[in-house]
Amino acid sequence: MNDPIIKFDKVIKRFGDLTVLDELDFEVGRGEKVSIIGPSGSGKSTVLRILMTLEGIEGGVVTVNGEPLWHEEGPDGLRPASEAHLHKMRTQLGMVFQQFNLFPHMTVLRNITEAPVKVLGLSKAEAKGRAEELLELVGLADQAQKYPHQLSGGQQQRVGIARALAMRPNVLLFDEPTSALDPELVGEVLNVIGRLAEEHDLTMLLVTHEMRFAREISDRVCFFDQGRIREEGTPEELFTDPKEDRTREFLKAVLD
Amino acid sequence: MLFGFEWDLSSPAAYAASILPILLIGMWVTIQATVIGFIVALVLGLVWAVLKAAPFRIISWPATVMTEFIRDTPLLVQLFFLYYVLPEYGIVLPAFMTGTLALGIQYSAYTSEVYRAGIEAVAKDQHEAARALNLTPARTFTHIVVPQAVPRIVPAMGNYLVSIMKDVPVLSVVTVLEMLNVAKIVGDRTFNYLVPLSMVGGLYLVMTLVASAGVRLLDGWLPKQGIPLK
Repeated sequence: MNDPIIKFDKVIKRFGDLTVLDELDFEVGRGEKVSIIGPSGSGKSTVLRILMTLEGIEGGVVTVNGEPLWHEEGPDGLRPASEAHLHKMRTQLGMVFQQFNLFPHMTVLRNITEAPVKVLGLSKAEAKGRAEELLELVGLADQAQKYPHQLSGGQQQRVGIARALAMRPNVLLFDEPTSALDPELVGEVLNVIGRLAEEHDLTMLLVTHEMRFAREISDRVCFFDQGRIREEGTPEELFTDPKEDRTREFLKAVLD
Repeated sequence: MLFGFEWDLSSPAAYAASILPILLIGMWVTIQATVIGFIVALVLGLVWAVLKAAPFRIISWPATVMTEFIRDTPLLVQLFFLYYVLPEYGIVLPAFMTGTLALGIQYSAYTSEVYRAGIEAVAKDQHEAARALNLTPARTFTHIVVPQAVPRIVPAMGNYLVSIMKDVPVLSVVTVLEMLNVAKIVGDRTFNYLVPLSMVGGLYLVMTLVASAGVRLLDGWLPKQGIPLK
């Protein structure tokens, strides 16, 4: 792949004795929509959390837009990144959380405008305009003054998506965005994500258990197992003709 | 006669009516000691909480040891220490000030735990969401953590306000003329303890009920939209 926007180069991540990522090599192209599937504990979410700088790494290099994420160029090679460097790099990334993680004491509107005003320095009016557009996009234009607890899980997650988009990231990370939802609410969230995937050149990285959805929206699907990519390919290849036994077993287990 | 007030021993009711103004003077001292002690406890407790949360053990460890020490020794010991030991080193404080300071210091060990628990109860995912949105740690603390911690903290602090109020009579041993001490002196002079001590009990009940109601009012007024309070 030439000029990937995200690149993991032999990345190692450990939690104590447990190796979560084992010299992971992984790339995502500009504007690409990539789904990550795999069993629990295979390191899928960790990939996103490392990119969002919520987890550090023990080895290897992660680059975003050609610049190392967890390192800085020093006089004698790479050195660990400072908080200022992480702050700068984070502006390119946004994240949608499994549990939504909205701020419960703020209205929907304030949830979306807080960071654009305080971090990007937008005026309140600009931020409000941007938030209203985004609420329109996720179908919640009439809910701006409500508090998160007054919304359904599906609505909360759509606010979560609007909040992440308000920072205009280049890459949007979805960490199992529908896993915490009641089954009947999954559809409305997937619709929004699907529309985003279709209409925007945003790079999207999606960890999900929704196989049919992954198949619909992805340019590429990666099957993670034991801290590595066991198999990857177009949705067609991976879902209809998996090469590896492990992939076949997993798909059989989740699709039945 | 005390503070220029005469008592009337002709009947229990007349006696009670005649000593009420004296007891109210004592009650005013009790209220002052409570409020000042509470303020000291709130401010010092916050200092402890911040120190204990410091990332460096050289700061957090002494703070932990100090609060543990304060919590595990009796208020009366600390009070005697401040009242009798400090003057040996040239620090002479009025009895009232020594007493309220001792109260405040004792309770700061408890309030620091309330602050800590309130701050830690704000879920980790709130911090992660704030970080993902690139809010600074300071901004995250003041605008995400504190507003969610305050509603959790207020009821517990209210309980300590009432506890402090009920511990004020301890200050009588270092000569502070709070309400109980005044009642005792009246009893000493009149050889009738029943009426003044009963009145102290009654007045205390009124004070604690009012304080509790005030805390509940404040608690009800605080915005806590959807903040999980547990």
